[in-house]
Amino acid sequence: MTKQSSCKGNCRCYTAETGPMVPRPFKVVEIWKELADTFSMRLEPLDGCPAFFAPGQFNMLYVFGVGEVPISVSGDAAQSGEILHTTRIVGNVTKAMSAFKPGMTVGLRGPFGTRWPLDVADGKDLVFVAGGIGLAPLRPAIYQAFADRHRYGNIVILVGARTPEDMLYAKELARWKSRFDLDVQVTVDHATGNWQGRVGFVTKLIASGGFDPKNTVAYTCGPEIMMRTTIKALNDRGVTNDHIYVSMERSMKCAVGFCGHCQWGPEFICRDGPVYRFDQIAKSFNIEEL
Amino acid sequence: MTQSQKSVQQALPEGTVVRVGPDGLEALVALLKQVGYTTIGPTVKDDAVVYQEINTTKDFPIGWADDQDGGTYRLVQGTKGAFFDYLVGPTSPKRYFFPPQNKLWGASKEQGHFEVEKPAEEAPSYAFIGVRSCELRAIIVQDRVFGFAREDQHDKGIFSDPYYVERRKKSLIIAVNCRRAGKTCFCVSMGGDPHVRHGEGFDLALTEIMEGSQHHFLIEVGSERGGLILALLPFEAAKDQDLVARKTQAEKARGQMGRTMVADVNPLLKNNLTHSRWEDVASRCLSCANCTMVCPTCFCSNVEERTDLTGDHTERWRTWDSCFSIDYSYIHGGPIRKETKSRYRQWMTHKLSSWWDQFGLSGCVGCGRCITWCPVGIDITQEAAAIKKSEECQT
Repeated sequence: MTKQSSCKGNCRCYTAETGPMVPRPFKVVEIWKELADTFSMRLEPLDGCPAFFAPGQFNMLYVFGVGEVPISVSGDAAQSGEILHTTRIVGNVTKAMSAFKPGMTVGLRGPFGTRWPLDVADGKDLVFVAGGIGLAPLRPAIYQAFADRHRYGNIVILVGARTPEDMLYAKELARWKSRFDLDVQVTVDHATGNWQGRVGFVTKLIASGGFDPKNTVAYTCGPEIMMRTTIKALNDRGVTNDHIYVSMERSMKCAVGFCGHCQWGPEFICRDGPVYRFDQIAKSFNIEEL
Repeated sequence: MTQSQKSVQQALPEGTVVRVGPDGLEALVALLKQVGYTTIGPTVKDDAVVYQEINTTKDFPIGWADDQDGGTYRLVQGTKGAFFDYLVGPTSPKRYFFPPQNKLWGASKEQGHFEVEKPAEEAPSYAFIGVRSCELRAIIVQDRVFGFAREDQHDKGIFSDPYYVERRKKSLIIAVNCRRAGKTCFCVSMGGDPHVRHGEGFDLALTEIMEGSQHHFLIEVGSERGGLILALLPFEAAKDQDLVARKTQAEKARGQMGRTMVADVNPLLKNNLTHSRWEDVASRCLSCANCTMVCPTCFCSNVEERTDLTGDHTERWRTWDSCFSIDYSYIHGGPIRKETKSRYRQWMTHKLSSWWDQFGLSGCVGCGRCITWCPVGIDITQEAAAIKKSEECQT
């Protein structure tokens, strides 16, 4: 991991004069469709300052005349100088962003938030459990695990999608599946077309996953209901809450703890999260509409 | 004394107490304007005492007091000639440091690119006159939220808001001690006091004393800057009987607190996030957001895009927001806090409990505004007391 990625926004790109609410200009280098409602884009800074992030962190992406949204970073943190985002179209800003062309300018503030801590998993098995677009924020952590493959025991990657057409990074998953040093399992909630793979919730894959529950760190991201069942399944296998990391999502307008929108009990998810060790937030997780 | 002689005058040391008449206060306002401050003080507007730019002590709510209770605020005749007989109104200094709306930046577009134009506006220098003790503590609370004097903590993920910090840094605060307390006041049970304390960030603190035909003010120095300003004014030394009168006034106001917050409310609320009282209060709460609009510590904001008709120019504006709005917690798929009970719980637990975890102090200063300005008179102290009482019944 680069030294810079420990930065939480205090690099020289944020000055006392501009403050943390002014975006930096980034160029859209490349943009492509991933799924019917999901696209990726590769960004490069236009201001001469470096671009960096740690796995699990997010940026605020700004579209001129439309608005700003928090989007997790999905690329490889070791690839310095470029930032890759995978985004699902869910509102005005993400829709406008999907129409970007290479060469256009996007505003970027970040990186913000906590990281997926892989250093706590030295010598242990790694389990990544992703639901739908939840694979996007997990991918940088998976890349990091690949880069330091020798540091870990088994690596298990479990991915669930609603249908085969919603399977994010399908080609890459197929490549990963062909490796001998990984256990990659995918499943869909509803089989469509000529799908011959597994059908069922991703949490079902946990029971048979090839990892040692007593010596495992699990990282999960997806809809809250999916993370809830994932945690239950992990607990049932014997993985304790202090070995499970989740990534939370809430409304965010500022990402720096001013706007209040992402509050969740005492947490500002923008600042204290989005990645949490589950035992530290288990109480809040079980309270409805907190 | 000539101007040049004045400028070499030494600052009066912190803690110095002097005595001036109403004309002395007038001279203070004039001096503040003369040295370039925008003077903000209490004045009567729309049948309420509000903060606004003032030019003279004649703008003060002279002779007015207020009668406040749950869901009610009325101006009434107070002590004849008194400047500060009223208590807190619906506004607070918050709206000058963190205005209801402020432009963050603008941008212009050209062929798929845009240039950010940072606001060039220079922060005004405000001198606030008549800031109450609870309002001083509310400023301390917001200082923590917006990272005032916490630039050193950036690497811990604490950010500073330059808009707030600039205004805050340049402001001068002249507090006034409360002569009385009202029916919705509960600062004492929130660890405050109707009289200001050193270390709470005032530059000067006034005490209004009216005895018989006597009307004068004690001015206490709270900072070097305050001491410098005061040194430029004519004054007499405070008399022993003045200090006695001030002490008596403070004791009287302390004894008049209309409401009390239950003890240990922070853990109380943490342990009762699923209490049935939230349903009960939700049946009364209109989710109107009045409490958050009058609260001197509420800091939630939205950021809006404001684009002109050509589509080539845009501005980013920060506006006050409220956790009582359904949109506040909206993410794709719907709002998180669908029910009023969840939104009221968010507001009250944040204010009294999770604020401690976030900022190391209470988000409530006991000013009572949320009680006074709630259209249905919901009382945060009663809601807390009801939860406490049910806990006691269980044990």
